[in-house]
Amino acid sequence: MDPARKRRVRLVVALTTALLLAGALVYTSVSASTEARSPSQLLASAAPGRSYQVTGKVVDGSIRQRGAETLFRVRDRNGSASIPVAYTGAVPDPFANGREVIVQVHKSGNGFVGERDTLVTKCPSKFTAKN
Amino acid sequence: MATLGRACLILAFVIALYGVGAGLVAWRSGRRDIAASARRSVYALAGVLTVAMIILESAFLRDDFSFATVAGHSSHTTPFFYKAAAVWSSQEGSLLLWVWLLAIWSSLALFLTRKRMRDVTPVATAVLAGFAAFFAGLLVFFASPFEVLGAVPADGSGLNPLLRHPSMMIHPPMLYSGYTLFTVPFAFAIGALVTRRVDAEWITATRRFALAAWLFLGIGIILGARWSYAELGWGGYWAWDPVENASLLPWLTGTAFIHSIMIQEKRGMLKVWNVSLVLATGILAILGTFLVRSGILDSIHAFGASTLGVPFVVLIVFLLVLSIGLVAWRSSLLRSEHGIDSFLSREAAFLFNNLLFVGMAFVVFFGTFFPLITEAFGERRNVGPPWFDRIIVPLAIGLVGLAGIAPLISWRRVTRGNLRRNVAVPLGFGVLVAAVLTAVGGVAHKPWALAMFALAGFLIAGVVQEFARGARARRAMSADSWPLAMVSLVRRNRRRYGGYMVHVGIATLFVGVAASSAFQHARDVRMRPGDTAHINGYDVRYAKPLGRVVVRDGRVERIDLGSQLVVSKGGHVLRTLSPTRGYYPADAPFAPVSGMFSGEPESQVQMIAGLRRDFWTAVQPELGPLRRDMALYDKAIRVLAQRGAPVDKQVLAFRIGLQRIVDDYASGRPYSTFRLISSPLVAWIWIGGIIVFGGGLVSLWPAPDGARRRATAGYAARVARELGRA
Repeated sequence: MDPARKRRVRLVVALTTALLLAGALVYTSVSASTEARSPSQLLASAAPGRSYQVTGKVVDGSIRQRGAETLFRVRDRNGSASIPVAYTGAVPDPFANGREVIVQVHKSGNGFVGERDTLVTKCPSKFTAKN
Repeated sequence: MATLGRACLILAFVIALYGVGAGLVAWRSGRRDIAASARRSVYALAGVLTVAMIILESAFLRDDFSFATVAGHSSHTTPFFYKAAAVWSSQEGSLLLWVWLLAIWSSLALFLTRKRMRDVTPVATAVLAGFAAFFAGLLVFFASPFEVLGAVPADGSGLNPLLRHPSMMIHPPMLYSGYTLFTVPFAFAIGALVTRRVDAEWITATRRFALAAWLFLGIGIILGARWSYAELGWGGYWAWDPVENASLLPWLTGTAFIHSIMIQEKRGMLKVWNVSLVLATGILAILGTFLVRSGILDSIHAFGASTLGVPFVVLIVFLLVLSIGLVAWRSSLLRSEHGIDSFLSREAAFLFNNLLFVGMAFVVFFGTFFPLITEAFGERRNVGPPWFDRIIVPLAIGLVGLAGIAPLISWRRVTRGNLRRNVAVPLGFGVLVAAVLTAVGGVAHKPWALAMFALAGFLIAGVVQEFARGARARRAMSADSWPLAMVSLVRRNRRRYGGYMVHVGIATLFVGVAASSAFQHARDVRMRPGDTAHINGYDVRYAKPLGRVVVRDGRVERIDLGSQLVVSKGGHVLRTLSPTRGYYPADAPFAPVSGMFSGEPESQVQMIAGLRRDFWTAVQPELGPLRRDMALYDKAIRVLAQRGAPVDKQVLAFRIGLQRIVDDYASGRPYSTFRLISSPLVAWIWIGGIIVFGGGLVSLWPAPDGARRRATAGYAARVARELGRA
């Protein structure tokens, strides 16, 4: 095979492989992803059994302990709409009133159950924005 | 002092702008005196920023709370060691550290290249000074570390307790050194493209900086992982958090670069690839700094909706357009001098290794920015750690396999004899590892982990074989002892054998990661004194609660509440562990006692660490039953204040209240939630990191001088002749 043709064949094979891999990547990421929602969006429309990732702030004074469960409310970053969350297991060190959290939840009855090991609390004092 | 600090920053900004202008004028005019002036401006920049850094550092060490950043990130009770590190815990302090390190490394790079590449260095100087001007501009106009407070507080807020770990003292300077060092090859690549000097000289001139950047960034990442494991109370070392990923991205492309430049140096190939990789790495380093500060992605590291996002986006877009434009403009000069003769050759292995590194970087980039990508199509979605693990693990296994085979096969084309001579023994060892682990190790049900262990065995056996052969040849020539022959071998070819050591370190680290993630047992359990939990053959008995008030310099620094756990296995007591949780005060003037428990908590993790297995524990005491007493003491102190009692009496009541709460806790039967983790081979992650560090230092160490190099070349030729005869 002449070198120019060989180069073209290699290029086509490489591009086709790259496209197939990129397609597989997109497919796996979409199928494995969870919807990111704010508390007010979850209040408006949350289907039971479906998993959502909610981001918001812990409502001041809402943290309570009930046996192994930690109960708290998460509100919108810039708003007051909030949802109750029951989380089982160890919570991260920076978890506190007013702290911004990210947690994966699913609807259960009138509240939301936090999925184990999904609660992430933002580290508070590192590079915080100026007021 | 703050005024002097501000003046230093303004001066630094002006000097950096001068450096940009002088560098560009020197490039256009070809005048050496202006090029030298531009270079000296970068030295001056380093000097001025060093003064600014000293002023800020001394303000922290002197507890000068008139500086807003000191008041916000330090306090009288912050230990001295951490006061020094608190400088870079703030946005503005970390930016100053960034630009200071940039100026130091840029000065070093320009000093070492002052007599080389006289046409490229003026452009590189302008680029480096441009970066410095950008960051100095941020410090002057957006986030000054020298802002002063109108009313000076008696004490500061203190350093975030989570950052009080020895790793945190070193982690940010290491990461920032990595980021800033990557700007050096970036700047020289831009210079080479602009001046049409796209041969391997710019690579040779900056290779050591790329290697140092890679090493510092890697060590910074490992220190961050160690901090997370030992400090954060969740027991993991990597969470695929956007900010973690941001540091991994330039490391991955940088690793690809330091491999592929060998191909350009040896065979004049991959020029477009190399220049694109180094430009991408430089931009990803800036992207990492941006991600940490913009708040555009939800991350465990909260960085707030900072005002710095827009300038960073402008910079990144500018760098992208500049880089793509330059590569396209000079594409005709970037043609390879040779092609790949065979896909079974060392250069092909390097190429595949590069594709895997870039593929990993693409996956990490895609997953990190997935929320923004999906939001652009309507609905914001996230991918979590399982998605990253599923895709990255096979790629990492492939990398270890390639790292094992590449040093063993020959350039240009592999022959059957080459395979038999070099690959057979390591391959046999890898197969043996897999067979033994399948038969007696109980790992057959974890195929990815098994593949990683087998390939790591193959890699390490290959490196041992290379060392043994080299040392044997050395001994044949000099009759040195084995250890002396080994040292002499490494000294004479530091880059090669240092690289092999790095490979062994990475394989060791991956073995630790594979074992600890595939065979980990973790449990969250709620217990009260007398209860026992069981996990992976360990029995953990909650013996008694612990509590103490920690006083430093006459002030209450924190309250420690915890538990004494007796850990046994098979009826034998192994150790008594005392995990605690430290509670630091919040600013609560009307509820000082409960305020002590509503500030930043910090898990003080305890573990039985070993080469085979770590048994890790953290505790979360339940504070609910203590709240009533806290409210009572708060009320008592408020009453004292209302009645005009002296302050020392109020302080005494506060101390008595705290002590009683702690004593009641320690003598009661309080519930606590424990996280218990049993993980195999975690220690090997840190040991692997140390081996990588050692290998990196060996590679970085300056090569022998010209005369010695010639002697070494003669020696190598003699060895080759001897081996040929053998």
